[in-house]
Amino acid sequence: MLNRRQFGLSVAGTAAALGVGPMVGRAIAADKLKVGFVYVGPVSDHGYSYQHDLGRKHVAEHFGDRVETTYVENVAEGPDTERVINQLAAGGCGLIFTTSFGFMNPTLKVAQRFPKVKFEHATGYKRAANVATYSGRFYEGRTVCGLIAGKLTKSNIIGYIGSFPIPEVVSGINAFTLALRSVNPQAQVRVVWVNSWYDPGKEAAAAKALIDQGADILSQHTDSPAPIQEAEARGIYAFGQSSDMSRFGPKAHLTSIVDDWTPYYIQRVQAVLDGTWKSEDYWGGLATGTVILPPFNPSIPEDVRALATKAVEDIKSGALHPFTGPIKDQSGKVVVAEGKTATDPEILSMAYYVEGVQGTLPK
Amino acid sequence: MMDFLVLITVSVVIAATPMLFAAVGELVVERSGVLNLGVEGMMLIGAVVGFGVTMTTGSAVLGIASAALAGAALALIFAVLVLTLMANQVATGLALTIFGIGLSALIGAGFVGMPIAALPKLFIPGVSDLPVIGPLLFQYDAMVYLSIALTVAVGWFLKSTHAGMVLRAVGESAESAHSIGHPVIRVRYLATLFGGALAGLGGAFLSLSVTPMWAENMTSGRGWIALALVVFGSWRPGRVLLGAYIFGGVTILQLHAQGSGGLGMGLPSQVFTMLPYLATIAVLTIISAGPWRGRFQAPACLGQPFRPSV
Repeated sequence: MLNRRQFGLSVAGTAAALGVGPMVGRAIAADKLKVGFVYVGPVSDHGYSYQHDLGRKHVAEHFGDRVETTYVENVAEGPDTERVINQLAAGGCGLIFTTSFGFMNPTLKVAQRFPKVKFEHATGYKRAANVATYSGRFYEGRTVCGLIAGKLTKSNIIGYIGSFPIPEVVSGINAFTLALRSVNPQAQVRVVWVNSWYDPGKEAAAAKALIDQGADILSQHTDSPAPIQEAEARGIYAFGQSSDMSRFGPKAHLTSIVDDWTPYYIQRVQAVLDGTWKSEDYWGGLATGTVILPPFNPSIPEDVRALATKAVEDIKSGALHPFTGPIKDQSGKVVVAEGKTATDPEILSMAYYVEGVQGTLPK
Repeated sequence: MMDFLVLITVSVVIAATPMLFAAVGELVVERSGVLNLGVEGMMLIGAVVGFGVTMTTGSAVLGIASAALAGAALALIFAVLVLTLMANQVATGLALTIFGIGLSALIGAGFVGMPIAALPKLFIPGVSDLPVIGPLLFQYDAMVYLSIALTVAVGWFLKSTHAGMVLRAVGESAESAHSIGHPVIRVRYLATLFGGALAGLGGAFLSLSVTPMWAENMTSGRGWIALALVVFGSWRPGRVLLGAYIFGGVTILQLHAQGSGGLGMGLPSQVFTMLPYLATIAVLTIISAGPWRGRFQAPACLGQPFRPSV
């Protein structure tokens, strides 16, 4: 139960994967490319799976009748995964996106059985001749949020609601904190883990606890808009996650970290159509449009807005790397030396808090 | 510091209220001798119906009432299956939870991501703005007071009314109650419907007050905690109330401990997630094997089907 969304008790998901719910479209004329998508959550989650499905819709729109897309939602990470992927491959899909970390091994297993079918697995690290991997540099967006928070906080306490202490989330906390303290060395980040990707009640309680402790800005790496609602009710600011959450707190919402898979999906489908598809490891960020920030809250002052916009441009151009040394961990030890930047493997295995984060990282 | 304690207490009460509703309802069901494990499913149905009706009609009162009715409707399915058709209560209850999760997701598909206004907080001029006492006691929304009033009412009903005595008799010895002319099946039907209605209210409190929105599976196991609470409170409303606030308190305090850097005295936060269940197992062990055995017994006929022998 590590990476990727586990939407609570997935009894419903299991039922769906057993074949009660999902309908897999029938094979169609051979000249069309059929593209399959496998989601861990419901497409209606307004978060992680919703964003993947948005990418699928754009693929369908972009290629018109040259492709046909199909998806299976609510697929539990476990024995059912393999069956679902196998069904898609056997059903004539030429390209299959499996969008959750826990789908990794089943994807490779099915890929062996169908060497002509191309597979794309999100957020994993195992590849094969017909299995590519892809993910997003979400920490780049966190850097921009950190800058905004550093300029806007008055109490110098930022509340951060985490899901699971995995590198993806920890690197986000660190990127946020480094940027925060680069403009406001007094500011600190308090982290509360809720051990869930999606538990609105608990996320709301965590938000309450952090606000009660003096936080005047919240950031979250969980998927429900509950923290934004809480921030709105208490009259403070907050950053959203996964999709644009401004409608849940028009005054509180500063911006969100949104994953947009559309450009990548279109590019990869095109590659299959052109016959140029190769197994690769893709890690897109702000520059590729994989990570986007919805419009900033109009109440953000002009100078802060300019600072944030410049940071976005600099990260895109490569002039700014979120993990540029010297970076010290909580004990004061230098983890990234001056003049160096953290390498991708270092970011992908980050298991320490940087200076400025309060509390200890759960092991 | 005082203000801070008040804020924490308020969070604890809010975290406890959904479980309190559901647990008090289930308590009545179990005291009549019926074990309904479908609490989670009934809460979800209450949450989605309460949200949907409030959103479409604009009336929170109507939403809350519909949530109670929806929970009772799901309980009615359960009652027909186990009381009339004599199906196994445990299996049927589990099925009810799975059914409730799926059905609520289906009903709620169109409501995901829709914001509504939270229930208004009570505000009595002159009382609610008192320092400490005001925010501590007089600034919740109506459902919090309703949950406490219902707990007191259930306690009084079970202890001091004739109907309450009949209900207890049905749960302790259905045969005897039947032989002196009490309508066992009818009593159990009513108790099960009441339990469903309260579970529905608990769900509605989540979707209308705690986080005013609908999300699939938003109860996240609170129905199971409610079931554990009934055992923890050894089938007494007062103890269930206390237990609900203790369980709520554990949740909130561990979040605070993390935020303030202590990470709950060095314990991983998962331990705190386990605590309600550990406490329940401990209580269960104590009341079934310890020296207090017999004083806190479960209703003797709990979970047993009753077939009237004419």
